[in-house]
Amino acid sequence: MIASIGLGHYLTIAAILFCIAVAGIFINRKNIITLLMCIELMLLAVNTNFIAFSRWNADPAGQVFVFFVLTVAAAEAAIGLAILVVLFRNRATIDVTDVDTLKG
Amino acid sequence: MTFHTFCFFAFALVSILAALGVISFRHPVHAALSLVLTFFSTACLWLLAEAEFLAIALVLVYVGAVMVLFLFVVMMLDVDKVPAREGFVKSAPFGILIALVMLAEILLLIGVRTIGMDLPPNPAAAAGGSNVMWIARALFSDYLLPFEIAALILTVGVIAAIPLTLRHRTNVKAQNPSRQVTVQRDDRVRLVKMAAESPRSRTP
Repeated sequence: MIASIGLGHYLTIAAILFCIAVAGIFINRKNIITLLMCIELMLLAVNTNFIAFSRWNADPAGQVFVFFVLTVAAAEAAIGLAILVVLFRNRATIDVTDVDTLKG
Repeated sequence: MTFHTFCFFAFALVSILAALGVISFRHPVHAALSLVLTFFSTACLWLLAEAEFLAIALVLVYVGAVMVLFLFVVMMLDVDKVPAREGFVKSAPFGILIALVMLAEILLLIGVRTIGMDLPPNPAAAAGGSNVMWIARALFSDYLLPFEIAALILTVGVIAAIPLTLRHRTNVKAQNPSRQVTVQRDDRVRLVKMAAESPRSRTP
């Protein structure tokens, strides 16, 4: 029986979330919105790792870094969604395979 | 099994199931709502790890702001007309295989290195303060410059998103205040010299 929750439990959860996000990027290669959501899921897994190790090492630097990751991810989501809106306005599609104007 | 352990496994199960929903729901609104549930359950996991400040920040920033932004965009783009998920069957087995191999490798590493590593007592409580105080001491002393740069990044994000989505329409009648205040009398009024009407010409 598991006595208490340790470092390995948090790392396992983070690994499962990260691999789900990787599988999602492979599966939904066409829909940009789902790709962005998979990236957010990956960041969440990484943040969970940071928090677990911060607690394990008794070092606040890990949690401070999670704070910065949240900040940058918020800015990234804002700009990424703005680009998505402009793309949809100009091309009337959010399919990755339709955005191949630069392909030679 | 203590209540703490039970809560951890319950939140972890909900979090993983919701993450599976994110990548498997066909409708983007359902996927976004599922991602909200993932964030919320993971915030509960962070609370169990006694990272209270970040857990609340995750709920406020992500569930409150970023995911609402996602939902706005999903509803605005009218993606029901977009034929999504055509290459699902073709690339799904390969992607799932890659992810499973990655997961097995990571779990092997975690299993080898962290067996029996229980989390130490909460360092914030050991230092005689709360989690917020613990983070704030580090954030506002050692990491003050990165904190300011993070504020700058947010400002850049706000300013960059506005010109990206700004649309100039040409067939719209609008006032131009700059031209209005710089207008001169000569632009509006023209004095014309002409001969005065004489009363004699009116008589028949």
